[in-house]
Amino acid sequence: MKHLLLTGCLLLALVMTLPAASAGSAVSEQPAPGESGGERQALLTRLTQASLRESAELLDQLERSGGREMRGLFATMLAGDLYYHRESGQLMAVRKNPDGEPIGRDIFSGEELGVQARGSIKKIRVNNRLRSHLRDAIARIDLMHGSEAQREAAVLSILDDLSPQNMRLLQAAADAGQGDRVRELIALAQAMVQLRDSAVTDERLAAIAVMSGRLEAPVRNQLQRLLDDGGEGDGKVRAAAQLALAEIDDRIAFYGFVEQLFFGLSLGSVLVLAAIGLAITFGVMGVINMAHGEMIMLGAYTTYVVQQLMPGAIEYSLLVAVPAAFLVSGSAGVLIERGVIRHLQGRPLETLLATFGVSLILQQGVRTIFSPLNMQVVTPEWMSGSFAVNPVLSITYNRFYILLFALLVFALLQVILKKTSLGLKVRAVSQNRDMAKSMGVRTELVDAMTFGLGSGIAGVAGVALSQLTNVGPNLGQSYIIDSFMVVVFGGAGNLLGTLAGGFSLGVVNKFLEPATGAVLANILVLLCLILFIQKRPKGLFPQRGRAAE
Amino acid sequence: MTFAENTRSLFAGVAGALAQLHQPGRGSSLLVVILFGVTLLMSAANLMLPQDSVFYVSTYSITLMGKYLCFAMLAMAVDIVWGYCGILSLGHGAFFALGGYGMGMYLMRQIGDRGVYGNPELPDFMVFLNWQELPWYWYGMEHFWFAMAMALLVPGLLAFVFGWLAFRSRVTGVFLSIMTQALTYALMLAFFRNEMGFGGNNGLTDFKDILGFDLQADGTRVALLLITAALLALAFLASRAIVQSRFGRVVVAVRDAEARARFLGYRTERYKVWLFVYSALVAAVAGMLYVPQVGIINPGEFSPLNSIEIVVWVAVGGRGTLYGAIAGALLVNYAKTRFTAAMPDGWLFALGALFVAVTVLLPKGLAGLLQRSGTKGAEKPRENDTGKVPAGVAHAGEAGA
Repeated sequence: MKHLLLTGCLLLALVMTLPAASAGSAVSEQPAPGESGGERQALLTRLTQASLRESAELLDQLERSGGREMRGLFATMLAGDLYYHRESGQLMAVRKNPDGEPIGRDIFSGEELGVQARGSIKKIRVNNRLRSHLRDAIARIDLMHGSEAQREAAVLSILDDLSPQNMRLLQAAADAGQGDRVRELIALAQAMVQLRDSAVTDERLAAIAVMSGRLEAPVRNQLQRLLDDGGEGDGKVRAAAQLALAEIDDRIAFYGFVEQLFFGLSLGSVLVLAAIGLAITFGVMGVINMAHGEMIMLGAYTTYVVQQLMPGAIEYSLLVAVPAAFLVSGSAGVLIERGVIRHLQGRPLETLLATFGVSLILQQGVRTIFSPLNMQVVTPEWMSGSFAVNPVLSITYNRFYILLFALLVFALLQVILKKTSLGLKVRAVSQNRDMAKSMGVRTELVDAMTFGLGSGIAGVAGVALSQLTNVGPNLGQSYIIDSFMVVVFGGAGNLLGTLAGGFSLGVVNKFLEPATGAVLANILVLLCLILFIQKRPKGLFPQRGRAAE
Repeated sequence: MTFAENTRSLFAGVAGALAQLHQPGRGSSLLVVILFGVTLLMSAANLMLPQDSVFYVSTYSITLMGKYLCFAMLAMAVDIVWGYCGILSLGHGAFFALGGYGMGMYLMRQIGDRGVYGNPELPDFMVFLNWQELPWYWYGMEHFWFAMAMALLVPGLLAFVFGWLAFRSRVTGVFLSIMTQALTYALMLAFFRNEMGFGGNNGLTDFKDILGFDLQADGTRVALLLITAALLALAFLASRAIVQSRFGRVVVAVRDAEARARFLGYRTERYKVWLFVYSALVAAVAGMLYVPQVGIINPGEFSPLNSIEIVVWVAVGGRGTLYGAIAGALLVNYAKTRFTAAMPDGWLFALGALFVAVTVLLPKGLAGLLQRSGTKGAEKPRENDTGKVPAGVAHAGEAGA
């Protein structure tokens, strides 16, 4: 009801400000259904046959006839997914399914039209001029009918093209009443026009004051242009623009720093997840599990299998995959411990080799059972996309959730180790195996459980990694060396050290990257670690007390 | 024991090895004879017999044999540090590959203007990347002696610096293994970069000739095989002399009880560093011989998997015995050639199973099996694997063979 009222007001405002409702610019409310149906259908049919030149005019007519209903059509056309059936002339959005076959969907009803034969459909061509036309049209529709976020996006896209007709549109929208952020953006657009068109110094200075510190790219571009081509004769305006530009650059640099920090923490969270299981097994049993990476891989493949088993509920698949992966990798870990590692007690180097053999077998096993190719793991809706804090900083949901998840796993492990009886035994064995045994702790059982726990955590890490990287047989291998580095850096058998080690390695890596490139950053971090080990052979947080040698 | 004495005893070992060439010992004479017998026979069969003879050995087999012998030398290098000093290096492939790159750079410069782009100054990949002039580290690589010196110097220096840093701060056990693995991994990442000037992903290849001899000619191939066999024998004798010398006995003591050896007054880290450098040099020589025979060197040689595979050759043959390492390398690589041809997917299963089986069931490798069946109740007890036996009874490995 409220919505209707709003659109009504809008319509009124439009009629008043744009009496001519000049061609191409107007967004009129949908005409009466009776007359529109046939007329629109005729326009759509003409669209399939039109030349690129004629299309623009047709699009304007469609916009006038359909209003917001045309948004889907325009967006599809902009993405280059708009096709029509050669015989029936029906328009459809075409997407490829995983097998590469084109699947049609009706533009207006959203109804699935099934797989289309390749020869039977034809694409509707777009060129750059049409694309910008479409973008404008979508912005107009959004501004009038869209949600708050869509309106914001619409104003942002208009900042690129401050034509008089767009400005009239903005004015109309502002008069119709808008939320705070949209109003602010409209004021910004008006300031930009003022700076461009006005001849009065004070007005221009006021405009620059509004623009100062704004992060939207067109603002910066306009100021830059003003200073670049030397066309600006007014010294005061120049100075003010210079200042405004400097402030914008400062803010961009700051948010760039924040973004890098986030990327670093995100990489760190992945490293922590991958390494934390290793830290447990290494800390308690003193053995290096070279198959740890493959435990991660098993977790990722478990995610894949879970998604295959419940195709209808992808949204919940990760919630199922986490415990499933813990069980799969955990039991694999227990099997490895019982089958191999137990026989190599007290021979850490041999354990390293034997577990490496296990890792080869697991890798090849996955290659044989699934395929040597990467598997397609779907990202659920709630994890895809990103949250835009401002125009230069946006945070992707998957990385953000994985960061939270890593912290959660860490906290959970701390609780297990500090508060449960298993944790007590694990700590006892890691501090003094012989003494623990004398006190009646069944060290063999504790070993198996520890190994299972460490491997299970690796499996859980695999679920998280499946959302970030390719799921393939080599998934584990690419993380194993980095995880070792984290454990070595943080100090073996110390979870807090692993956390600190993982995050600092991640952040350092990401901050080196812009200067050196990703590969060189990786190499530099490795070299620094090799040097670091010289100084602190036991890591950042060495074990203290009698347990330490 | 002073620094100078250390080095002197190392040199004495090498000199002793040269002397032994004239008076071979019991165990090694057999190996050297077999080595030369087989390679000479193969060479003669390749060069002198007609192609349709039943005894004709194809040039492919000659090259394959040469490759195996290079691997054998590499395995020996790993065995020297792992079997005798307890340093499990998972990064020896790095020294091998660096030696190989040294030889590869020389061979690359020999191509001259016969490359695809016909540029007399720049190798093909540099022309392709639009480089205008040769990077400084390629200078002088067209001279054989200089290239060979660099191919030894660079890995030797790397081993020295790495060993000096690691052993001085007493990084041992699995930590050291992981560090060596990180080293080779870092080098692999670096060599994959085009900007490094070593051909990036593709590495160095398309070699034409070495010292003026055509690399494709049968005669050159046979000569390379013979040189490889000779150098392997030399390295074997030198290593044997080293492990039997006073220096070698201290090294074994370090393996079995490092703290005790240190308390007795030995600067154990110096022994370890020099042994590590020697081992790296042997690996580099193996790499230098490997490249002209297989005709390519690329960053894949640095991959951690390659380095760890070397360790399994040694483990299969029997660590702590030089001939065991050689035999292990030959056996596993022959099996690999056969296996990958017959069922390519099965090889990694087999290799993985080999890792597990050897470490769990056969900790001393095939050599241990031989010793158990051959000399039951032998006069000298052997050290056990946990290193709990006092240093005094440990001794050079192949004496019992």
